[in-house]
Amino acid sequence: MNENGNSLISIQNLKVHFNLGGGGIIDRITGGSPVRRVVKAVDGVSLDIKKGETLGLVGESGCGKSTLGKAILRLTEPTGGQVFYNGKDLAHLSTGDMREQRKNLQMIFQDPYASLNPRMTVAQIIGEPIRTFNLKNGKSVEERVQDLMETVGMSRRFVKRYPHEFSGGQRQRIGIARALAVDPEFIVADEPISALDVSIQAQIMNLMEKLQAEKNLTYLFISHDLRAVRHLSDRVAVMYLGKIVELADGKSVYADPLMPYTIALISAVPVPDPEIEAKRERIILTGDVPSPINPPKGCHFNTRCPYAIAECKQIEPLLAEIKPRHYAACIRISPEFPYIEENKQNNLGVIGAGVSEK
Amino acid sequence: MSETNGHILTVNDLKTYFQTEDGVVKAVDGITFELRKGETIGIVGESGSGKSVTNLSIMRLIPEPPGKIVNGDIIFDGVDVRKLSIEDVRKIRGKRIAMIFQDPMTSLNPFLKISTQLMEVTQLHLGHTKEQAYQHAIKMLETVGIPDAKSRVDGYPHEFSGGMRQRVMIAMALSCQPELLIADEPTTALDVTIQAQILELIKNLKSEFGTSVILITHDLGVVAGMTEKIIVMYAGKVFEIAPTAELFATPANPYTKGLLKSVPDPAHEQGKELYQIPGLPPDVAHLPPGCPFQPRCYRAEEICVQEFPPFVQINENHRSLCHFAKEVYAESIAEKANKSAIV
Ligand SMILES: Nc1ncnc2c1ncn2[C@@H]1O[C@H](COP(=O)(O)OP(=O)(O)OP(=O)(O)O)[C@@H](O)[C@H]1O
Ligand SMILES: Nc1ncnc2c1ncn2[C@@H]1O[C@H](COP(=O)(O)OP(=O)(O)O)[C@@H](O)[C@H]1O
Ligand code: SF4
Ligand code: SF4
Ligand SMILES: [Mg+2]
Ligand SMILES: [Mg+2]
Repeated sequence: MNENGNSLISIQNLKVHFNLGGGGIIDRITGGSPVRRVVKAVDGVSLDIKKGETLGLVGESGCGKSTLGKAILRLTEPTGGQVFYNGKDLAHLSTGDMREQRKNLQMIFQDPYASLNPRMTVAQIIGEPIRTFNLKNGKSVEERVQDLMETVGMSRRFVKRYPHEFSGGQRQRIGIARALAVDPEFIVADEPISALDVSIQAQIMNLMEKLQAEKNLTYLFISHDLRAVRHLSDRVAVMYLGKIVELADGKSVYADPLMPYTIALISAVPVPDPEIEAKRERIILTGDVPSPINPPKGCHFNTRCPYAIAECKQIEPLLAEIKPRHYAACIRISPEFPYIEENKQNNLGVIGAGVSEK
Repeated sequence: MSETNGHILTVNDLKTYFQTEDGVVKAVDGITFELRKGETIGIVGESGSGKSVTNLSIMRLIPEPPGKIVNGDIIFDGVDVRKLSIEDVRKIRGKRIAMIFQDPMTSLNPFLKISTQLMEVTQLHLGHTKEQAYQHAIKMLETVGIPDAKSRVDGYPHEFSGGMRQRVMIAMALSCQPELLIADEPTTALDVTIQAQILELIKNLKSEFGTSVILITHDLGVVAGMTEKIIVMYAGKVFEIAPTAELFATPANPYTKGLLKSVPDPAHEQGKELYQIPGLPPDVAHLPPGCPFQPRCYRAEEICVQEFPPFVQINENHRSLCHFAKEVYAESIAEKANKSAIV
């Protein structure tokens, strides 16, 4: 999928596996798990993020979105694969170089409260990265902080206050100001609006768009809110249990989803329009998201997929280009036969790309 | 007993206040609405607007002190809940009125088996024997779609996922076939596919048992598909009440209009700037003079700063708290006509 050279971030076969232990001699003696338990939070993700674009990342709780975001920034150490930033492999940078790059790669967090030090004033919080990277010193740090406050739509007067004195939306603005302090190129925004009220969500989304236009920022926008993702993103990636299962521009993912999980996900999004709601056919998936500890074999979605056939338990689907620039991972669809419902009616079995598992 | 007129619940000028260090918080300040048998009403509003306090008041669950219901009638099936002794309220709570909370973990006891918790309810309210209660517990878990209910019934809450715990809560709430179900943000903590499961479940139970439902949520999408009418709350007040279709099509209140426009519509193109209501949700302890929405309202005029707005009757089922309710309504109708002319 490395289709053109203008990717700011290029992720190749990235893996983050957490070893939960078990399966060892000690475990047998102490009554621990008899099998080794591994959480494959991110399990072979390849993605390109172009300069200036917003890539939306959606998926259910625990599917690995935050872990992927952190692994790209190397806030979590990947267990496999590579991340290239402007063509440079981030894993092979010296500590000094990594420090330099870190400046360009920032993160905004879901819980604006937990991510701000309660004992620091707003001025200290936003000023910290400026001092760490020696971008400014003395009085000019203060000026820069006040400018940043204004950029994110807050009064300069608030700089001496503490995080608990602000609302959720204001704290999120502080988090954004802190990320912007070092003039980054790329920002991972991990559920930046999930904890906020509806009217404040709109404010933060507009702010993010405004900043992107002004500063030519590139975003990875993580959210489980498909409406927000659709609104902000140029392209959308859908994640399920550690893997990307669909990737296309926002409009196609929303209007023409191809992979069965995406189809169900889109159909589950409540639309604020009673007329549309009254006519909608909702696909109700049975069961819960399976545990990412030892996920199901074959296609990870096979335990809930209404189209699953026996082969889905053995063959792991590959993300394939089903329509131009529209990728999906399902063994029952192909570029020639992109629609699963039709394929089911025509009794088509395995027609898509996949690898057999032992 | 007074006349019910087919209403399961009538709330009339309810006021619930809290004494805090910051002064008196008028969490709910004069709420009036009716709920017919079998009907679902949605209550929407931003955090702190008084949604939960309204419903805790109906259940007489307001912690006193600091809180107190200071005014109003709460007539449940002809009986004024406020006049009942707390023992009589307990007989209704859990049996005839049941409640589901946002976070199922706060209402399930982590140290007790699911079976024990489900059995308690029906032993208390339906006089079930242990065996009857146990069988009923299994049946209820099956009703709410817990796979393999027979073996899961003796599990503990932490062994269940978020969606399953919410279903257990619903099973518990429904185990006595309540006439009124109050669901306070029942899906806010859940993923969309699980949310769809839970909403479908509530719909099915409604049609099966004729349960009346109060559905509290901040998600306009959720109420659009689930309710017959909607209350929009702001700063402890009802800002607008209308049948669902009418509220979405022709709102008569600037706050409602703003809320509707600030939600991204997935059918639309990406990149258009979202409408945004400026400012912050109100601090109920320090409301501005006049209309509480006035500092954020695009339409505010001098009178909005001077006087508290009237609750204007638009038509039989539609009311709006605004000095310009009729004008806003007329504008909505004109906008709607324009939109359909373009399409
Ligand atoms: N340090 C860790 N050790 C073990 N497991 C972990 C660790 N961090 C994350 N996980 C697991 O990895 C999986 C993916 O977690 P992640 O936080 O990336 O999910 P997410 O998609 O961001 O979910 P949410 O929408 O709830 O934020 C989960 O099962 C999680 O429990
Ligand atoms: N136990 C309490 N003590 C003091 N204030 C309270 C208490 N419970 C609720 N409030 C206040 O009442 C107002 C309405 O709260 P609530 O009904 O919970 O809002 P929501 O609409 O988010 O459900 C808020 O200002 C809240 O802080
Ligand atoms: S590969 Fe099989 S289980 Fe997976 S989405 Fe396709 S049909 Fe469903
Ligand atoms: S009364 Fe005035 S401030 Fe309040 S909603 Fe109406 S126009 Fe806006
Ligand atoms: Mg996360
Ligand atoms: Mg609440």
